[in-house]
Amino acid sequence: MNPATPDTASTREVVEVPTPSLVHVESLVVVLGHGRSARTVLDHVDLAVGRGGAHGLVGESGSGKSTLAKTLVGVHRPAAGQIRLGGIPLPRRGLRGRRPAGLPRVQLVPQDPWSSLDPRRTVAETIAEAVDPVRARVAPARERIRTLLEQVRLDADAADRYPHQFSGGQRQRIAIARALAADPDLLIADEITSALDLTTQAEILDLLADLRTRLGLTMLFISHDLAVVREVSDEVTVLLHGRVVEQGPTEDVFARPGAEYTRRLLAADPGAPGFSLDESG
Amino acid sequence: MAVDTALLAEAALRGPAPRRAWWRSPSLLAGGMVLLVLVAVGVLAPLLLSGPAGTLTGDANLSPGGSHWLGTDPFGRDVLARALVATRLTLVMATAATALSFVAGVALGAGALLAPPRIRQVVLRVVDAAVAFPSLVLALVIAAVLGAGAGSAVVAIGLAGVPGFARLTYNLAQGVATRDFVTTAHLLGVPGPRVLTRHVLPNVSGPLLVLLTSSFALSLLEISGLSFVGLGVQSPQYDWGRLLNEALPSIYTSPWLVLAPSLMLVLAGVGAMLAGDGVARIVDPRQAHGTPAGRSGRTTRRKAEPEAAPADDAVLVVDGLVVEAAGRRLVDDVSFRVRPGEVVGLVGESGSGKSTIAMAVARLLADGLVAEARTLRLRDLDLLGRPPARRLATELGIVFQDPSATFNPALRLGSQLTEVLRVHLGRSRAAARDAVVAALTEIKVTEPARRLRQHPHELSGGMLQRASIAAALTTGPALLIADEPTTALDVTVQAEVLRQLRRLQREHGTAVLFISHDIGVVGALCDTVLVLRDGRVVDRTTGAALRAGEANHPWTAALLAARPGARRNEETA
Repeated sequence: MNPATPDTASTREVVEVPTPSLVHVESLVVVLGHGRSARTVLDHVDLAVGRGGAHGLVGESGSGKSTLAKTLVGVHRPAAGQIRLGGIPLPRRGLRGRRPAGLPRVQLVPQDPWSSLDPRRTVAETIAEAVDPVRARVAPARERIRTLLEQVRLDADAADRYPHQFSGGQRQRIAIARALAADPDLLIADEITSALDLTTQAEILDLLADLRTRLGLTMLFISHDLAVVREVSDEVTVLLHGRVVEQGPTEDVFARPGAEYTRRLLAADPGAPGFSLDESG
Repeated sequence: MAVDTALLAEAALRGPAPRRAWWRSPSLLAGGMVLLVLVAVGVLAPLLLSGPAGTLTGDANLSPGGSHWLGTDPFGRDVLARALVATRLTLVMATAATALSFVAGVALGAGALLAPPRIRQVVLRVVDAAVAFPSLVLALVIAAVLGAGAGSAVVAIGLAGVPGFARLTYNLAQGVATRDFVTTAHLLGVPGPRVLTRHVLPNVSGPLLVLLTSSFALSLLEISGLSFVGLGVQSPQYDWGRLLNEALPSIYTSPWLVLAPSLMLVLAGVGAMLAGDGVARIVDPRQAHGTPAGRSGRTTRRKAEPEAAPADDAVLVVDGLVVEAAGRRLVDDVSFRVRPGEVVGLVGESGSGKSTIAMAVARLLADGLVAEARTLRLRDLDLLGRPPARRLATELGIVFQDPSATFNPALRLGSQLTEVLRVHLGRSRAAARDAVVAALTEIKVTEPARRLRQHPHELSGGMLQRASIAAALTTGPALLIADEPTTALDVTVQAEVLRQLRRLQREHGTAVLFISHDIGVVGALCDTVLVLRDGRVVDRTTGAALRAGEANHPWTAALLAARPGARRNEETA
């Protein structure tokens, strides 16, 4: 995508916060399906993520959080509203094909580590494709692949192995390395730890926090798990049935939840202090 | 949201798409040898046997024997030599036709995937219509249009095979195209055709290969069929079908004429089919493993004579349970008891063996897994023997992880929820329905009578999971096994389902074996907790201790510390 500066990811400095938001979503409406089966999945959603910021998107199933992620990378088209990335409107055809000059690069790390990697391609081939999407040749990208694997804390000999030889957590690291290889400005992590064990989740969360400070990445972190979002984000948006019910600095939202739904979410966490299975009525 | 860890474990167990060496598949070996011999005949026979096969002699219509093993034809030519010489033309034509079907079919199927929706719809409709049409009839029409001859026979049979390949390619490719790695490739900016050749087609090659071999066998028969009816190869050329065609007029006077070409056809067809079967087995990893060691009923064995059962009131006794698969130990010497009214939790990460223990108790181990134990007893029921199905069904209730997969989507909930009551307890339809409605009301499912008339997809995950808990409790089981019952649910729904489970368990005094990866959930619900790692019990603790954040064993401490909330407290402390 930007072959002239293949190594900027490792050297880029954190751009001063809060310059105009990297992600600016205004009154976004997304309708999925046609005719009778059409459903409004996102209903006038506003969202802003500053450069270098980490924004958490929380909601239960059906809240529209994954749809928002897919709309940001151009998989779904907005029915109304606006998406600007770095001040430039997202093209209607999405991010496939030719992109407007200066449009920030967005990469999405999908949820399921078992379906996000091509089972028939080695780790090196998978990453090489992100470095050079057209030719996808491994040899010229060797050095970069080594650096990327190091960044996600995988051994260099992982490069020539196939996905089935890795655990879920390691696969997720490979998916992150592939996303980093495309040199993104914004990294969207869509439930990337929900299929993982708790100890593995902890490692991945540590890795993301580390990458964010080292590479100055802007992150949109999507999860159903409030505790996870709290750990990795500065700001948080709570979605319910496609609408924003609460938005603000993470610690404020958690300390003084304004919406009834946020309070219910917080109280339902079995690990939360005061959680009880005795019926309150 | 969550994946079925037991399934993943099973997948991991099956191994990374185990590729069995081709030479270890007997059918592929046999089929390959037959085809190899035929190819050798096809190469050599025209060089060595064109004399006896083509020279007109006076030895007309000799019956088999002597110097002519399979006799001679009306022109005095050796029948066997002619059948062998015809091998080359037959194989070349069948190969060419199959290649045409394959290349054109895959291109059409893949092209349909890339094409704009409208064109795709038109192409698929045409292909569907062509698939439904018998290919030999289609070939007859094409051959009739193109005129008789070897070339037009190849084109006709080749084109007739295109729809099959196109449909299979499209269907398989469409399945792969929705997977995350294909979406990701698109987002990375990989051009569409490259996504197809790089990611999609390699991942559908297995089934296509299988179709390729069976399609070869079919082309062979169809081309011979065309020649037989006179639309294929014309004199003086001959293939097996042409030989049969020439033998037909004198089939009653010289029946040996049909013998050689028929035998060759059968041989080639069987060879290709065997090879296809072998390829299919190698491509499908589940078939490659062959028949599993034992089936249900023989997968649970007694390790040694049990010690005299101590007179206690335990609902479930597990002593020295070992579960192995292909030499790997998944559960290693696990022992515990569940007392009446007690909630025992099994907690651990994926691969710790927690679900495998539960499935061994329920005698529901997957194929290939073998369990051994000194004692495995549910009340007075010896689970190592052959417990009566009715008692097992009524004394053991099970709630699985994924409520949407627990129920049959095609049946109404009523018939599924009342099944055990009707089948094993002999209740009437009405009585069973009343019992289930009462149970659903008790677990606070709204409008219970109406729910029974609904199909599973009409209920939310939380409602379905409540329904399966209620149904599991209607028989008054001694033990309820709940295998990650709330993992697939949203956190607010999870809290409510756990609450209802806890309340019913207390009211009925049911003992529960609760399996979860979430140490927070286990701490909140369970009286006694076993912490598992790599198939072993590393710690025995209580729910109260976990709630208080107390851990005796380093691994329990590690699990507690890995909870996101706990990590944050640590950082701020």
